[in-house]
Amino acid sequence: MLYFSKLKITFITLISLFFILIASSNLFKFENILLKKNINLGLDLQGGSYLLLEIDNKPVINQKLQNLTITLKSYFKGKNIKLVNFKLQEDKILFNVNEDDKQKVLDIFNDEKSEINPYYPRFKSHQLEINEVNSSLVVNFSKQGLVKLKTSSQEQALEIVRRRIDEIGTNEPNILKRGNDRVLVELPGLDDPMRIKSLLGKTANLTFRFVSNNDEDTFGNERLNYEDEEGSEFVSKRIILSGDNLLDAQPRMDSESNETVVTFTLDRVGAKRFGKATSTGIGRQLAIILDGKIISAPVIRDTIASGSGQISGGFTFQSATDLALLLRSGALPAPLSIIEERTVGPGLGQDSIDAGIIALILGFVLVIVFIVVKYKIFGIITNIALIINLLLLVGVLTLFEATLTLPGIAGIILTVGMAVDANVLIFERIKEELKNEKNNLIAFDSGYTKSKTAILDANITTLLAAIILFFMGSGPIKGFSITLGVGIFTTLFSVYFIARLLTVLYISKNKEKEMAI
Amino acid sequence: MIAFNKYYNQFNILSVSLVIISLLFLIFKGLNFGIDFKGGTLIELRSSDSKVNVSSLRDKFNQMNLGDISVKRFGNDTDYLIKFENKDSKKNIIEEIKKDLIGSFGNNIDFRRVENVGPKVSAELLKSGIIAISVALALMLIYIWIRFEWQFSLGAICALFHDVIVTLGLFSLLGLEINLSIIAAVLTIVGYSMNDTVVIFDRVRENLRKYADIKIFELTNISINETLSRTLITSITTLLALVSIFIFGGEILKGFSLAMIFGVIFGTYSSIYIANTILVRLNVSQKTILKDEEKN
Repeated sequence: MLYFSKLKITFITLISLFFILIASSNLFKFENILLKKNINLGLDLQGGSYLLLEIDNKPVINQKLQNLTITLKSYFKGKNIKLVNFKLQEDKILFNVNEDDKQKVLDIFNDEKSEINPYYPRFKSHQLEINEVNSSLVVNFSKQGLVKLKTSSQEQALEIVRRRIDEIGTNEPNILKRGNDRVLVELPGLDDPMRIKSLLGKTANLTFRFVSNNDEDTFGNERLNYEDEEGSEFVSKRIILSGDNLLDAQPRMDSESNETVVTFTLDRVGAKRFGKATSTGIGRQLAIILDGKIISAPVIRDTIASGSGQISGGFTFQSATDLALLLRSGALPAPLSIIEERTVGPGLGQDSIDAGIIALILGFVLVIVFIVVKYKIFGIITNIALIINLLLLVGVLTLFEATLTLPGIAGIILTVGMAVDANVLIFERIKEELKNEKNNLIAFDSGYTKSKTAILDANITTLLAAIILFFMGSGPIKGFSITLGVGIFTTLFSVYFIARLLTVLYISKNKEKEMAI
Repeated sequence: MIAFNKYYNQFNILSVSLVIISLLFLIFKGLNFGIDFKGGTLIELRSSDSKVNVSSLRDKFNQMNLGDISVKRFGNDTDYLIKFENKDSKKNIIEEIKKDLIGSFGNNIDFRRVENVGPKVSAELLKSGIIAISVALALMLIYIWIRFEWQFSLGAICALFHDVIVTLGLFSLLGLEINLSIIAAVLTIVGYSMNDTVVIFDRVRENLRKYADIKIFELTNISINETLSRTLITSITTLLALVSIFIFGGEILKGFSLAMIFGVIFGTYSSIYIANTILVRLNVSQKTILKDEEKN
């Protein structure tokens, strides 16, 4: 246990120096790629906002089923099968079919090459399930179909959320998927997430539809309220234009009416449709609808062929800016709700850093003094190893650009307390060995050997706890598990290489001297 | 040599009663779950305005009709912590509160921390916390079972459950808040207590091989004494670090470090007085470990 080859010594020194150099990059500004790395501060230390958003997929499912109803009707019409009594419920469609055709319908649905019901060979599952309940057939999404639908709406939502947040221009936002129906948003440095919350809270589904106060509309109509909640109109269900056709939107001051408006530019398809609708509909009211509420319903006076127009609706400059931003970044596939929100102001973050550092320094000094008093020269060796251990820990965290949280600092302090344990185990064992063994080298050697299993067992059990915290814990707890887990490895390295090396160097110089531990 | 084994029975009775009392507290008084696990809203604010104090804040929040409200000082004289259920999960409640407070107390209120946890998330956090602790316990026990014989494993289980239950019982008794960081603390306690137990068990096993004729009652005492200085020094250094977090680490880490301090004390105690006494009661002897080694 006690022999170190020259090569090994060089290796240990190089590794230590490497990580210490990396650790030092937190203090200085280096240009080197490797040394540019820094430990990231968690939101609890640097201040910022953490928002967990949940996607409400119900409207998406409902919309998909609604579209499916139309597809089914026309598809089976082509096959000369008549489906009747369509009923759309929250997450399923019910319909009836002639008893003779029933099996045919079921076969078409369950065929792996089905044109209306995609088959996912990887999951051995169709998108839709069909069952016979009483005399009707019931169609709903299969488990896999639902998963696909959720992941795709999550991907869209993530993209839209990113665009909206990028438009506001916050500092290095972190936008991640969570599960299959959640999006996590971390906004470092933001101490008031009000505006972002209100922007993310809107689906921003924009449509242009004619106001139809007669019931002759073939597409049917619905009664919608105005945004300011005064009055309502019957609006056709036929969509002339939607937000998808928008190329750009900007807030502007209208010089004629002296009002803030949002101007928009349409893509080619949109411009064509808009031109056609405005030429045939002169004199009619065209309602501009956002998330089921009418912003305004101006009367069409002229054909607009240019593919651009403006929306007025009593906006302030702020609300016009926000509306333009929402329109530019596109509509969310489904409404989002904020189910968890944590915001730490910069003042508290700085206070936490200060408190954490004071606690760290104090804890460290207390431990160091205690160890020197207890173990004298070997205490000094332990302390050197302990300091290198801390530097290695910081170095590893820097190399992986880990995030340091307040519980993470606690994890470091705890590592300091527990790192001593391995050294203590070894020295106490050596002390025992020295009672019966006069040869220093042999006593030290068997002290190291005999304490090994206890040290490994002890560290492995703690490592197990750290690993589980890492995989199951959230946010700040993860930070704790990272420092604790990395701390175990750096501790073992510092005990078995650095402290042991120093011990060996000391006793080989003082072979004959009586050892006092 | 200290005769730890003289008090095995007395301390076993003490431990069993402590566990029972803790369980009674946990069942009848329950734990004071924070918003992480219960859902709700937390606001930490700072104001040096003399108009702002616990009772004026409480009046203000009571007017807003938010359900159960708690208002208290938090660390400094100028810091306050307000918690409420947010029963109806009102959407823009935080913005309304900010407006309302600035409206009545003026602009010098600093909102240092705002947390809002929905009921769904809090239920999930509680569930994953419980799962994390259970899985950690199970994994460690499997590890001990692989490394030692089943009698040792049982001893470690009892010591662990004792530590976790008594620490939680103390939290219930003192009404201290259970939040996410307490879960981390409990898991670390589990790890620490396991450390301690493993070190002593390792020595017991070594001594069992060495001495065939010493009864386990004596043998555990020898092993405890041989490892005693290590046990004390490690506990002291860990406690030194923890106490410095408790005193200087700020309000947020207080609960975490307190749980750890309790845990370290119970962990040290349980590895001496619970883990070992189980070995004694199961009458472990040299045969126990030799039989197992022959099999391999």
